[in-house]
Amino acid sequence: MDTLQRRFPEEIKAAVARYPAGRQASAVISLLYLAQAAYGQLDKDAIDEVASVLEMDPTQVRGVAGFYSLFFERPHGGYVVQYCNDLPCALRGAEDFLPVLEEKLGCKAGETSADGLFTLECVMCLAACDRAPMMQVNLEYFHDLDAATLDGLLAELRARAAEDPPRRAPFGFGPPSEMAGAAPATGANPAGSGPTGQGG
Amino acid sequence: MPEQHVVLRNREIPGLARLDVYVAHGGYAQLKRAVTEMQPAEVIDLVKASGLRGRGGAGFPTGLKWSFVPRDLYPKYIVVNNDESEPGTFKDHEITLENPHQVIEGAAIAAYAVGAETVFIYCRGEFWQEMDVLRAAVAEARAAGHIGPNLHGSGYGVEVQVSPGAGAYICGEETALLSSLEGELGQPRLKPPFPAVAGLYAKPTVVNNTETLANVPAILEHGADWFKSIGTEKSPGTKICCVSGHVERPGNYEIPLGTSWDELLAMAGGVWKGRRLKAVLPAGASAPVLAAEQMPGLALDWESVAATGSILGSASFIVMDETVNMAWVAKKTIAFFKHESCGKCSPCREGTWWLKHLTARIAAGEAGPDDVALVTQVVDQMEGKCFCPLGEFAQSVPRSTIERFAADYAERSAAPAPAAAD
Repeated sequence: MDTLQRRFPEEIKAAVARYPAGRQASAVISLLYLAQAAYGQLDKDAIDEVASVLEMDPTQVRGVAGFYSLFFERPHGGYVVQYCNDLPCALRGAEDFLPVLEEKLGCKAGETSADGLFTLECVMCLAACDRAPMMQVNLEYFHDLDAATLDGLLAELRARAAEDPPRRAPFGFGPPSEMAGAAPATGANPAGSGPTGQGG
Repeated sequence: MPEQHVVLRNREIPGLARLDVYVAHGGYAQLKRAVTEMQPAEVIDLVKASGLRGRGGAGFPTGLKWSFVPRDLYPKYIVVNNDESEPGTFKDHEITLENPHQVIEGAAIAAYAVGAETVFIYCRGEFWQEMDVLRAAVAEARAAGHIGPNLHGSGYGVEVQVSPGAGAYICGEETALLSSLEGELGQPRLKPPFPAVAGLYAKPTVVNNTETLANVPAILEHGADWFKSIGTEKSPGTKICCVSGHVERPGNYEIPLGTSWDELLAMAGGVWKGRRLKAVLPAGASAPVLAAEQMPGLALDWESVAATGSILGSASFIVMDETVNMAWVAKKTIAFFKHESCGKCSPCREGTWWLKHLTARIAAGEAGPDDVALVTQVVDQMEGKCFCPLGEFAQSVPRSTIERFAADYAERSAAPAPAAAD
């Protein structure tokens, strides 16, 4: 299979070039993100192609894919919603807000909404405890959530998806500036989101 | 003492993330001075003399760490630990987004000092926006000749690469980070050999925290004596304290080390809703809990906090008011460590599994009469036996909360009411 190589030839080159010659295994995390975007999930074909490109053993690549929480072996919604209910966020109401979020998304934690748009996960600390309750949607930060801001945010995400299915699905990564080697000075931040990322 | 922004200069200088603004405020001048006017050994001596200690948690002297790198082995690497994942810690998040060039300059100075020509900035996978900002900053600095080959005609060159993680707290442990960077599972390695001798690709490597390196340009600019004039004798400089939980104004506060807890709490607006303080976790989920009565007058430096039996760590203060039950807190921290245990060693892998089930049962009020004693037994079996600090940190909160807040456990683990007689 060459789904990954057809879709991201330049990105693969840039990721491998970041590391010394002969150390291409270092690019495995970058390539797994790309494979996730190209294949939709890290199934056997995706793992095998990453292993073949990097001259690694498929078992080792599968091990890496299984070790980290941002890699998915099964299909996910277009937007992966990662909601933090770890201790610092829980102290500021994250556990009370979770049912509100579940109701508005139309799915419980660990599930995908019926329309396939959202997958909700409860995750560990996302390094934004000062602005809880908070979450990342396809790795973009949304802080200081309450029922009203959530309505606006979800309406925006649904509108974006209607126009153009989430481009960064299933997890963020395509066509990402991260894979393009040195990113241009402009466009460092996603549109509509300041550097501290209050998008909602 | 008020806040003092050495690293969080972005609070006073709008747009500091932009190269032109950073350069207008002295940016990259110290890297230039180092490579054109100083010998590498002079840079190491200066950082040693400043007393700078690692800001990631361990507080190890930075200059000393650099001096362990052997002179005659090449290539060498600087790795920036930007895998910030400790619950309650969000300082590197702000530094990276708002003052990225100070991190890059500090890392490049470190590279020159130890003779490395490559820097890897390892970012947790969730720091997608941060990676975009860093990559843009690196590209801009390189295009302007601040980093790259043959700097200022010195013959020395340094390249900076941004490398992604993918969601694993353990990768904040330096040897696990190096495994991850090499394309392996992010599991810790046996030390020795230490990374300074055999690190990335088995080459000499220094792993420093983001905040640590962001202090380096300021030390070169103002000198070791200036740095030592801030903070305490053994803990010089400033420290960014992340204050979260039950305060009016959670956030990052950069204070001279040795500032009192009372002053930090006042900066954060005090305990919220007019309630009383019950307890503080001073180093995220990894620290033994401190009861409210231990806090007044406590100086926030590594030595003073260690004297209480807890740790300053990365200075992530999770503040809890009088409504919080500490058995619930133990359940939350254990859920974290169970999830993040890498599975390499059995005391941590099995211990966190048992603790997760026990603390969940206790917090839910469903404990049997011996469950609290069983928690103590499990943490006794873990302490000092885990392969890396993660397993040791995991038992801090259950152990200390059982010791200091026994009533909270009694409240949750009282024997269930007998079934009605009829």
